[in-house]
Parts: sequence; C-alpha cells; structure tokens
Amino acid sequence: MTESAEKIKKQFIDKGIEKGVEELTPEKIEKTINKILKSETGARFKAYVETCVHCGLCSEGCHYYLSHDKDPAFSPAGKVKQTIWEIVKTKGKVSPEFIKQACEIAFTECNLCKRCAMYCPFGIDVAYLMLTMRRICHMLGVVPQYICDTAHSHASTMNQMWVKDDEWIDSLIWQEEEAREEIPDLRIPLEKEGADIFYSVIGPEPKFRAQLIYQAAVIMNVAGADWTMPATPGWDNSDMCMFIGENEMMGRLKKSHFEAAMRLKVKRIVMGECGHAFRSVYDMGNRWLGWKMPPIPVIHALEFYHELLTQGKIKVAKKFDKAVTFHDPCNVVRGRGLHEMGREVTRAFTNELIEMHPNREQNLCCCAGGGVINCGPPFKMKRIDGDRIKAEQLFNAKSRGASTIIAPCHNCHGGLEDIVHHYGLGMDIKFLGDIIYECMEKPGASEG
Amino acid sequence: MVDLDAWDWEVDKRMIADLRQWKEQFEHIEEPCVSPDGEKIAAVVQSGEMEFSVCENGTVWESPFDKVWYLRYTPDGRLVGLVSDTGTWTVAVDGEAWEETYDFVWNTQFSEDGKNITVAAQSGMEYFAVTNGTPWENKFSFMTNLAISRDGNHSAASVQTISISEGDIWSFRKGCFSVAVDGEPWDTNFVNVWEMDISADGRHVAAEVRTTIYDFTIAVDGKTWPETFQAVWKPKFSPVTTSVTASVRKNGVWVLMRDGRQIWDRSFVQLWHHVYNADGTKIAAIVAPKYGRWTMALDGVPWSLTFGDLVTDAVISADGRRVGCVGKENGVYFIAVDGIRWNDTFDMAWKPVFSSDSAYVAAKVEKNGRYFLALNGKFLGHGFKSLWDPVFSPDGKKLLVRGIEDGPDKEQYHRKVIKVSDILG
Repeated sequence: MTESAEKIKKQFIDKGIEKGVEELTPEKIEKTINKILKSETGARFKAYVETCVHCGLCSEGCHYYLSHDKDPAFSPAGKVKQTIWEIVKTKGKVSPEFIKQACEIAFTECNLCKRCAMYCPFGIDVAYLMLTMRRICHMLGVVPQYICDTAHSHASTMNQMWVKDDEWIDSLIWQEEEAREEIPDLRIPLEKEGADIFYSVIGPEPKFRAQLIYQAAVIMNVAGADWTMPATPGWDNSDMCMFIGENEMMGRLKKSHFEAAMRLKVKRIVMGECGHAFRSVYDMGNRWLGWKMPPIPVIHALEFYHELLTQGKIKVAKKFDKAVTFHDPCNVVRGRGLHEMGREVTRAFTNELIEMHPNREQNLCCCAGGGVINCGPPFKMKRIDGDRIKAEQLFNAKSRGASTIIAPCHNCHGGLEDIVHHYGLGMDIKFLGDIIYECMEKPGASEG
Repeated sequence: MVDLDAWDWEVDKRMIADLRQWKEQFEHIEEPCVSPDGEKIAAVVQSGEMEFSVCENGTVWESPFDKVWYLRYTPDGRLVGLVSDTGTWTVAVDGEAWEETYDFVWNTQFSEDGKNITVAAQSGMEYFAVTNGTPWENKFSFMTNLAISRDGNHSAASVQTISISEGDIWSFRKGCFSVAVDGEPWDTNFVNVWEMDISADGRHVAAEVRTTIYDFTIAVDGKTWPETFQAVWKPKFSPVTTSVTASVRKNGVWVLMRDGRQIWDRSFVQLWHHVYNADGTKIAAIVAPKYGRWTMALDGVPWSLTFGDLVTDAVISADGRRVGCVGKENGVYFIAVDGIRWNDTFDMAWKPVFSSDSAYVAAKVEKNGRYFLALNGKFLGHGFKSLWDPVFSPDGKKLLVRGIEDGPDKEQYHRKVIKVSDILG
C-alpha cells in the first residue's frame, strides 16, 4: 500500500528549498506573487483558473495520481488547488510554509507532461499553471538545490553541465578520432559555415554520453549529410532555466543557440534525442525572445532519422534481434506528433515492436521530465514511487515479449533506468540512435 | 585597418589554384578559406596516416601536425591554424608554430589590421588569453567570452575569480565572476558576466553583468550603471567616444540606453545587435516592433517592412545614411536595404556589404546549392561552387569576387575584379 501524500511529503528535505524559505517573509511573498500575477499572466491564466469546474476528470491523466492509489492530492486539479488557486484566492497572503509545500508540488509532483490536458473537457493546461508556480518560487528564491545549480551552470557556461569551452571542442575532436578508427574518412566538421545542418546536443552528451556524439557522427557521415557543430557556446540545446521559471536565462540560452546556428548560416538545426530541449527551442525559449516559431527550422532526431530512412540515405544492414517496445516522450509526441515516425524507423531496424499500453500521445510519463529528475537525489525515491504505474505498463509489455525499451529522450532514459532498476523489470533501455548505429549499413567502415 | 589600396584592383580574372589537382594529391581536403585580398586559397589536408597539414596555393606547409583546425586568414593575409603535436596545442602562422604550447587553444581573434593574433588557452586546467605567443600573467579556473580591442593590444574575458563546488548555489549567488582585462580582474565580482566590448582607444571595457540572480545591468570598468533591468544584451562603445550603449529590458519591453539613460523614445518587443556608423552619430538595430515581426530601426525609427521568421546580419553604411540586413519570411531569405526588400528570394543570404561611399551594396547569396552575387538588388546569374563575401575597392567602383568555379572537368579558384558599372550597366 502506498503511503499517503501527506506522509510522503514529510520525508524529503532539500537544502535549496529549506534555505530559500528561511529568507521569506509574508510581505515578500505577497509582493512577489502579486507582481508576477499582474505583470506576467493574462487571459490564459485567468481562463484556466476560472474555467475549471473541479470535475476531476484530469485525475486519470496523471501518473502520480495513478501511482498513489488515486490519492486526490496528486491529481492535477488537486495540485492546482494546493498551489495556484490558493495564492489567487488569498491574493498572495500565504505563509513561507505554504511556499515550501507549493514548491515541492510544482517541482517534484508534476512533470509538465500535459497528459492531463487531454483529459480535461476544457483542455486546461495544468503544466502552464505549475510553471507559473515555479516562476513564483524562482522569484522568491525557493528552488530545489540540484536543478538550481544546473540553471546556474546554464547561466555561466551556456550549457547545463559546467562544460568549459575547451572541453566541448576537445570532446568533439576526441570523438572524431575515435570514430575514424571505424570510418577512416569520418569528420565532425567544426565551424563549417554554410553547412546544411547544425547538429546540437544537450550538456550530458559531451560529459557522460560521448558515444552518442560518436554515433551521430557515424549516422551523419554514412548519410552524406552536410553538417557542422559549433566550437562556441550555443551548442547545448537544453534548458533547465525554463523549468525553474528563470525565463530571462531561458531567453539568453535560446539566443545563444539560435545565433550560433545563424552565424554558421545553416538551413536547419537537427537536435539529438532530447525532449525538453525540443520544447525549449520550439515552443518556449524562442517565444520569450519574440519569435513565433523557431527562426531556423528545428528537426528532432526522430524526424531526422525518418527522413534519412525514407530518402534511402541510411539503410538497414540487419535487424535488432530483441523485441522492443517504444516509449513516447511527451515533448516530441504530445508536443510534436512524432510517434508514427519513431515507430516507422523502429520497425525498419527491429524484428518486433511490441506496443506498451497506453501508447503514442496517451503514453504514460517517465516521471523524469519537466526538470523533476534534475531536482536530484533528494527526490529520487519520490519520483520512482510516483511512477509505479509506468513500471506496471512496462511489465505488461515485457510479459508480452518486449525486452528492450526504446526511449528517444535523455530525461526519459534517466527516469526509465531508475524505474526498471527499482521495480526489477530487467529490461534494456536504448536510444533509437543506438539501434540505428548498431544495425545500419556502414559503407567504408573498417573491418572488425 | 588593412590598406586596400595596396591590393591589385586591375580589372582581371586570374586562376589562383586548380583544386582538382589538390584532390588528386591529397586523400582528404577540408573546406577551403581564402585571403581577404583573394590572392591565396588554403585548406587543411591529410598529408599522411593520422597526419595533417595545410595546402596554400598548391604549396604544403613544411611541418605536418596531428591535427589542424579553425584555419583562417588574418585581415593582412597571414594564414593561421590551431595545431596539435604530440598532445599539445598551439597556433601556427603561415606554417610556423608558436614556440609556446598549451593543453588547448581556441577562439582565434585578429586585430583589425591583422598584426595581433589572440586565442583563448588552457594549461593545467588554468585559463588565460594569449596574444602573439604571450600569455596573460594571471590564470583563472574558468574563462569565456573572450574579446579583443580593435588594435589587438588588449584582451578581456569573463573569468571566475572565486572557486565554488558544484551544487553550492549560495556562494554562486554572492558573485564569483568578473572581467579580466589583459589578465587583471576587476575589483568587483558579479553573479555572471557575459559578452563585452572594448573601447576604440582600448582603455575601457563594458560588459553585460548580473548583480543578483534577478538584476541585470551594464558594468563599465567594473562600475555598474545605476539602474538594473530584467535583462540586457551586449553593450557597445561608440566608435569615437567612451560612451556605452546597450539594449535593456524594462517592464517587459526592450529599449536602447546610452550610459544608463534611454536614448530612443520608443520600446520594442525585442531590440538587439545595434551597430554604429563610422563616426558614431547613427545607430541601427534589429528590432521586433510587435510580437513575431522583425525589422531594422535607424535611430529608433523602424522600417515599415517586416519579416516573420527572422532578421539578422545588421549593417549600417560608414556614413550612416544606409542600413541593410538579411531577412527571412516563410522559409526564404531576402536582402533588404533601406526598408526595401530586393526582389529575388534566396535559400540563404550573407551580410550585405556597402561600398565606402554607400552608393552600392553587394551580398553573397545561395540558390539551389549554388552561390551568387547580388548587387544593388540585381541578381548576377553566374553561379559558383563556393563564394566568399564581395569586397569593394576603396573608390567603390570595382568589386573583388573570390569564388570557386566548377564544371565537368574543372574546379578552380579564381580571383576576379570587375567594374560595378559593368554589372549595373
């Protein structure tokens, strides 16, 4: 039996939140809340707050609610009730303790996955309301420590992992050298002005997952793509500032990213398998800067792989020999509709695709996205407990033969790894690029 | 500045290099670069197994390296690459490596006359700038946003002055970053320091800074403007005085300020990349007069012409009378000058170039995978495999064209000088 929400909340201590709350006064809270509500919200906020009829239909859309035995405290409407509605009702007259609870709810009990919006008869976007609560928390200086540090990294280095300028370039040169062992004429072209494609990744790739850059370079070279990567900040498309409500830094990050691409005169940006970064470049960061749409087309890896496959630029050499299931990341499926493209590529490179249920735009969240995994170790078990329903979904797919999960998103990877490990599911997790790299034809590759 | 009068401005077309021969000679050739005067073309080439060098006008540098990257010409025509040998890095100029080596070098920058070369460098996890082989005396645990003065005699960068552990968000907020000028950090620390500019006389530095995690402003020589803002973009010095201008975000909109005071009488949804004319009397900037629409503004007055996708590559003529940019609408690129969009559409367009008297404006453009020149709105039909930005002669009457022509049996780099009047008729 899962413990009640009230009991669970008492177990988590985060220094960022605790110390932030110590600095609060009721006057500061009231002033900040009213400033944000007055100057940064408008018709959208008002419509969402006033339209909700408290029907509770959103509840079934939320993995936290489903994983906590349908505890109303974890329903989307319940979370809004404990945060936004209260501050609106009281006109900002809430206590530091309230802000502490609201911060924990907004940051660690909602992945901003927007699944609940599909269950709401009015399409109310609870993710927007939770982001508004996060924005208020940021302006009050009450933010979980780990994600706050990541945002500080973004601000200082323009990437989320404190990767220094030289370390980035060195990583690319290193991966080029490694990949040349396999494909002797391979290049990772740095600073190639006028290339067709600007390939961008997220901070963890050069830091922890450099093999993904290697694999992308192999795919690009085999496909004959005219591509480049920048030797300057702006290479990282990720954005934890977006998730803490630090909108000013979100704008700076996206400016850096798009202007690196503009400087290199590329036609489009192709990005690796990251979901939240897509949200930042396609929806939020660009719009904060004044662009309705990305100034340069942004192509997510799923779409790019599909393009390469359907245009015959990459070919299948062998089929992946384990049955796979496909996890639909929220930001590129509900946010962009790439679920069928992902499946077409998966089917091409694998022998068997076993669907998890629900799937596509109805898929259940990994519980890592929306910055939740970035809140770090203090909330790890809360995150895992909050997605028991995902473990059940995966176990069901496994019981029908799936042994490998394809998760085309970094945060999904991290979240699913924890779920698979904790619930003892015994399944492998791969990026789609892992499968393509392993199973594609590689003309010109060295033997062995 | 480089003496353009010294260049060959005789109307002529000369083949500088036959690139087919290069391709027969080398296993691997990277994308070439050409000298500003068009007399030389060079590329990184693979000269042996895991051995790289540079081929310039058919001649290969004597010493090969383990790696060569970021090959660029200085304004005065010297060829500079970042090179690695036995695990260390340095700068090679016309094939001669600097004596000093480092664990890594990057971000090459040249003075306007090309005499001074500065790079960012790291050795032993300490960061510093190096000019012509001479490093800063002080080293830092982190450095970025390197900038140099016009004459290249001074360099500045954002540096970390107080080390903190990852996760120490409280020390971070107290301010651990500053600006180092020629290696000497300012007395003041900031939460963050981003892009900066050095005055024309090389004696002052202005930077965009964050004084708390919520407050942004401009700092000049370590002293901040009195007011803080919601956000700021890169400051710029006037080309002739020490006054500083920057766009700042106040009450959710962007305005242009000089030395802390608003100078344009209107605000914009966005305002960035402002540029000065030669005597500093005129300022143009990329602006968004309303959400999702972009244009240029001259002294605060926006064009009526706007673009939906983007505006980039802002340029103002030396006399300040004319303004140009690259615009994009519905996925296609345009050149726009003085509020008028040229008729032709392009797959890509580069920054327009004004003649010194501002009578003419030319640009490199791309269409269907070929590169062309456009001049005063006229699209020149002769396409190139590769093309570099056009250069006007000092009197503005001739144009230097640097391009690679190809065909079934040829791939040649040509330097060509043509009369503007012959193009425009």
